[in-house]
Amino acid sequence: MTKLIHWARAAAVAVGALAGASSAGPAFAQAVQPIKVGVLHSLSGTMAISETTLKDTMLMLIDDLNKKGGLLGRPVQAVVVDPASDWPLFAEKARELLTKDKVDVVFGNWTSVSRKSVLPVFEELNGLLFYPVQYEGEESSRNVFYTGAAPNQQAIPAVEYLMGADGGSAKRFVLLGTDYVYPRTTNKILRAFLNSKGVADADIMENYTPFGHSDWQTIVTQVKQFASAGKKTAVISTINGDANVPFYKELANQGVKATDIPVVAFSVGEEELAGLDAAPLVGHLAAWNYFMSVDTPENKAFIAKWQAFIGNTKRTTNDPMEAHYIGFNMWVQAVKQAGTTNVDAVRQAMYGQKFKNLTGGVAVMNTNHHLSKPVMIGEIQKDGQFQIVWKTTGVVVGDAWSDFIPESKPLVADWTYPWVCGNCATPKYAN
Amino acid sequence: MGLRQLRYTEVRELSTSLTPLPGRVGPPQPGAWERRFYPFEQLPPASLATPMVHAILIQALGRLGVAAALCAALLTSPASAQDAVPNANVAELVQALATGPDFTTKIQATQSLATTGDPRLVPILQALLDGNLYARKADKLVVIAKEQGGVLTLTDPLEDKQIGQAPAADFERATVNNRLRTVLQTALGALQLAHPDAIRRKASADALFKTPSLEMIEPLKIALTHEANAGAKRSLAIALAATELQFAATNDVRTRAVATLAVYADPNVRAYLSGRIGGIAAGAPAEEQELKAAMVIAVAEIERRLANWRILGNILQGISLGSVLMLAAIGLAITFGVMGIINMAHGEMVMLGAYTTYVVQMAFRQYLPEGLDYAVLVAIPAAFAVSGLVGIAMERGVIRFLYGRPLETLLATWGISLILQQAVRSIFGPTNMQVTSPPWMSGAIDIAGGVVVTYNRIWIVVFALLVFGGLILIQRRSFFGLQMRAVTQNRRMARSMGIRSGWVDALTFGLGSGIAGMAGVALSQIDNVSPNLGQSYIVDSFMVVVFGGVGNLWGTLVGAFGLGIVNKFLEPYAGAVLGKILVLVAIVLFIQWRPRGMFALKGRAVEV
Amino acid sequence: MRASGPFLFRAMGDVGGTILVVVLLAAAILVPILNGLPSSSPFFLSNYVVSLFGKYLCFALLALSVDLVWGFSGILSLGHGAFFALGGYAMGMHMMREIGTRGVYGNALLPDFMVFLNWKELPWYWYGFDSFGFAVLMAVLVPGALAFVFGWFAFRSRVTGVYLSIITQALTFALMLAFFRNDFGFGGNNGLTDFKDILGYSLQAQSTRTTLFAASAIALALGYILCRFLVQSRFGRVLIAVRDAESRTRFLGYRVEHYKLFAFVVSAMLAGIAGALYVPQVGIINPREFAPANSIEIVIWVAVGGRGTLWGAALGAVLVNYAKTYFTGALPDAWLYMLGALFVGVTLFLPKGVGGTTQAVIAKLWHARTPKASVAQPQAGVAE
Repeated sequence: MTKLIHWARAAAVAVGALAGASSAGPAFAQAVQPIKVGVLHSLSGTMAISETTLKDTMLMLIDDLNKKGGLLGRPVQAVVVDPASDWPLFAEKARELLTKDKVDVVFGNWTSVSRKSVLPVFEELNGLLFYPVQYEGEESSRNVFYTGAAPNQQAIPAVEYLMGADGGSAKRFVLLGTDYVYPRTTNKILRAFLNSKGVADADIMENYTPFGHSDWQTIVTQVKQFASAGKKTAVISTINGDANVPFYKELANQGVKATDIPVVAFSVGEEELAGLDAAPLVGHLAAWNYFMSVDTPENKAFIAKWQAFIGNTKRTTNDPMEAHYIGFNMWVQAVKQAGTTNVDAVRQAMYGQKFKNLTGGVAVMNTNHHLSKPVMIGEIQKDGQFQIVWKTTGVVVGDAWSDFIPESKPLVADWTYPWVCGNCATPKYAN
Repeated sequence: MGLRQLRYTEVRELSTSLTPLPGRVGPPQPGAWERRFYPFEQLPPASLATPMVHAILIQALGRLGVAAALCAALLTSPASAQDAVPNANVAELVQALATGPDFTTKIQATQSLATTGDPRLVPILQALLDGNLYARKADKLVVIAKEQGGVLTLTDPLEDKQIGQAPAADFERATVNNRLRTVLQTALGALQLAHPDAIRRKASADALFKTPSLEMIEPLKIALTHEANAGAKRSLAIALAATELQFAATNDVRTRAVATLAVYADPNVRAYLSGRIGGIAAGAPAEEQELKAAMVIAVAEIERRLANWRILGNILQGISLGSVLMLAAIGLAITFGVMGIINMAHGEMVMLGAYTTYVVQMAFRQYLPEGLDYAVLVAIPAAFAVSGLVGIAMERGVIRFLYGRPLETLLATWGISLILQQAVRSIFGPTNMQVTSPPWMSGAIDIAGGVVVTYNRIWIVVFALLVFGGLILIQRRSFFGLQMRAVTQNRRMARSMGIRSGWVDALTFGLGSGIAGMAGVALSQIDNVSPNLGQSYIVDSFMVVVFGGVGNLWGTLVGAFGLGIVNKFLEPYAGAVLGKILVLVAIVLFIQWRPRGMFALKGRAVEV
Repeated sequence: MRASGPFLFRAMGDVGGTILVVVLLAAAILVPILNGLPSSSPFFLSNYVVSLFGKYLCFALLALSVDLVWGFSGILSLGHGAFFALGGYAMGMHMMREIGTRGVYGNALLPDFMVFLNWKELPWYWYGFDSFGFAVLMAVLVPGALAFVFGWFAFRSRVTGVYLSIITQALTFALMLAFFRNDFGFGGNNGLTDFKDILGYSLQAQSTRTTLFAASAIALALGYILCRFLVQSRFGRVLIAVRDAESRTRFLGYRVEHYKLFAFVVSAMLAGIAGALYVPQVGIINPREFAPANSIEIVIWVAVGGRGTLWGAALGAVLVNYAKTYFTGALPDAWLYMLGALFVGVTLFLPKGVGGTTQAVIAKLWHARTPKASVAQPQAGVAE
């Protein structure tokens, strides 16, 4: 990887030289200061399994940009650090990136707790963070752009689908999750949503397991037992990362078929499925804003570029990668528009920024720092890909504050005048 | 015109009375698609199609399976399928199946096709279900195809003949969703009640149980009368009773159906009955209320028996968890328990074993695809060798300088574990590697009462016990075991007896590591193969060894299974997390009571 | 610690320790001044450095507390992270209460995480944390009480060696799982975060940060002096006797478990203080701090620094953590190799750790000059 950085740097300098040659002459090429992009993803520890891919995605995007001539006539340089899945270390590394390396923007984080950990640092130092993962919402920081899905862009459509005829008209729901804030909040929102649709509390079972839970025998048995109450039952899974593989293996082996008890997951993508034999899981579902199997020219080009970059034609792409793709390109456009990498200027330029999704349609950055994106539901295929069975007609606006949580219903996130606030019930009329 | 095909409507008409209708029947001319469907060779001559003969025939053919009987009934049906549904129409419907704009269209097409009873549909529907139905992008030509390496081998769906090969990129796979899947399964269920394969018949019955329909009462009755296979018979009986409960006209039949269902301690039956109970409103007629009361009693009875089965289920799950714990810990019982090395890299030895499994599987896929199912067997010695050699290298390179300073081995082995983790991450990447379970390890045995034991877990229990037995044999019966015990008990004495203690140390450590590697092969079947695999087992492994008593392999065995079973009994009540906390607290308290574990070694040698 | 050594060492305590205390006190005074300089000044210390070293100092205090039990009474605790985290949680709870209505939901009664988990009222164990004094008291008392109960049973039952190590690990593991549970009322996986201020001073202010740094430096210096005093006293001699030959000490008539228990409780309290200082500086406390791996890491700091040399333990914590900071930035893909190699290398080539080796070298030089002084005592850290 260090080689890669060297290579990227060399490329950056070369491209910078070229760019310089066209404008100011080769003599200035060396003097051009690179634009620095911080990459804050765990490369070791428990989250490395998911986050390393995003680090590589960022390197690819930056490499690509440099090949196209850099940004504002300057080369772009990636500054990669390893916060090692250690949450306080995330804060330390964020501070290091912003003060020591003086990066212009940071792309990073996966878990909510790591985001919470770096948030005060970004707010204190007025940095800019692009956070690419679907999350629980209930947050809008002036210094963070959330390019992953908010609950209303993933969870709610998925449950509506399950309740519809195509999804099997489910009447009873098992909410399985890893015990942390994203599943807790999502399930709280879903429970309120289900109640509003007339599903009684007796028809909802919630169950939480620790991170990396590997023995799913009891829980799968419990799910089967719960499902034997005579109503069509569906499982809504917010099980995180590592725990999914043993969970799905147990499901498959205990013969839970998608036609009997469909499982819709919000944290299982192509990459997680690459780690297991998907054949027995055909028909189980996932809801995302992106699937690798979507057949658009943009997506094909992206996949080809990714596989070439990583040197493996079997490597998958996934939703958070697209989030980084959109986020990075929007940032580039915003910097071009602003003519500077100054955080305040770029932030202003970000609002209303549009970029083409890999799956068709156009993503828009809203003033609540969340994206408008399409929502898709895919069924697992035996090759580990998803087949899209449902898709929103347009894009859905990401909602920072869920309408299904009474406390957050009145709150508004809007960082433009007159609101200028991430969690206010009334406008602030400030700058 | 040829032989008539099975038709839904006809089956119903016929079988409600079992009186054959007059009709013209030609000699059997098994076409290609027919061969795939029924054993037409067994069909009786047409002249036999009279009621009495028919009944005799059914009895006579009982052994041959219900297929022939159903067909016999059909032979006498009034009109041919081709007459009712022209070929063009079938082709159109098949076209809709593959390229219909939405699932509703496809579902309607499936249902229309099913009512034609055309047996050519079986392979088509099956192909759609299995994801083998494609349409050419250029001209929407529908084909059944098998993909291999980006190339499709095409079969014409209606003519059953191979029509060459084509690149997969030119074709689009027909999409299916769960709703369509259910409809397909029901349709296939109706069409395959008479399939020669008992497993298919059972699957058909199960599908019909899930979506009962009035039309199927009589076919189910026929099928049940002639079914010889116990499993299929059970499914058929349940399906029939459920269908009768739902559709039978008289309350008598329905009450009897409830009684029939009450016999089966099956979660699905409970689910079905509960659903029916919920469907009867409080204000329903008295007759309905009686039925409801009967169902409530039946559900209670089933539930009571299921609860008993669940206890067995808990024990089995506990044994399974115990075997995993034991496999993970048994290597540590040697390196830590016997040698006194606090081996923090033990988890990484397990991880190396899992990665070896992956590599072996990849090698098989590349060079010996036919043997892929047995790759995991080859992986066992390979993992033993890889982890064992790494262990020996570790012992010779680092640990041998640390004897007599056991706690410092913690520091060094922790460092080694970091290096090994990162090495694996550098070589294989940080993502999960796919280790597929061979067919003989996939699936489960449905014991009874909803207790399901998966094959991979059964094999892991067997494997764990074999490893344990082997280890005991080595330790107790082999010369190396003798030397091992001698060195660990009294190194100086052993040396003066001519034992090369350094060599024994290296081999002992290698043995412990190698066994950890073999545990990795087993864990690769149920858990992630990722650089973090080892980390998640290290704490549990130490607990097991200490709980059982350091230095005693039997302690590890009893400790692992004990903890596994206790954990599984607590989990349904306390939840996964609280259950585990309780187990940990129990271990802490247990150690207060027996400060040297369950099977404490006596004597001076145990002072660690 | 050597019981008798070169004369100068005895008079001054020890050179390493003296240097440590002096450096700490100097840092406590100088750092706020240097941090206050304009950023163009060559002596300017950035906030980044201040917060980084503030964190290291907390780790150093934690390492010190582990060295007190491991280096001087032979109790290898693989669960000291638990005491550290408990102290941290106590302080975190206070700072959560200080947020008041400034949380996102503006609920004066409940912290945000309780609001969205539908808690209706504050659980009883959160009472009192509105007061800073109470929180500080709890940061010391809760770890102390846990250590007392745990140690009381363990030492009375004569659980020793690896058995003790593993059950301390079980303790911290169980606590981690408990704190991970959202139902437990401590914020689950996210732990406590979003802190605004401490004693009314904004946590983001430079002055607060330097004050916290100075507090950590002073706490470490005081902690060092306390430990030093303990191990040099008569009590310390008995402790060392317990470490080296527990049965023999018991047969001599000492109530071994009382000595061990006292050291264990003091150590847990020090760890709790370290945790309480750590949380306001990093801005988050979460159950990961209870992870067994973290506790093992603490032991490794001590081993690298030199088991049985108090100042070495503190130094080890700073060294290892600095290495971690440096390598995760400079070699993000290969830093685990570096760290792993460091641990292996230290065990093989510096078995007494950095501190112990330095001490031995100094002693040797001293010995060469004054051949008559005896240094016959066995070095701590060799025998278990």
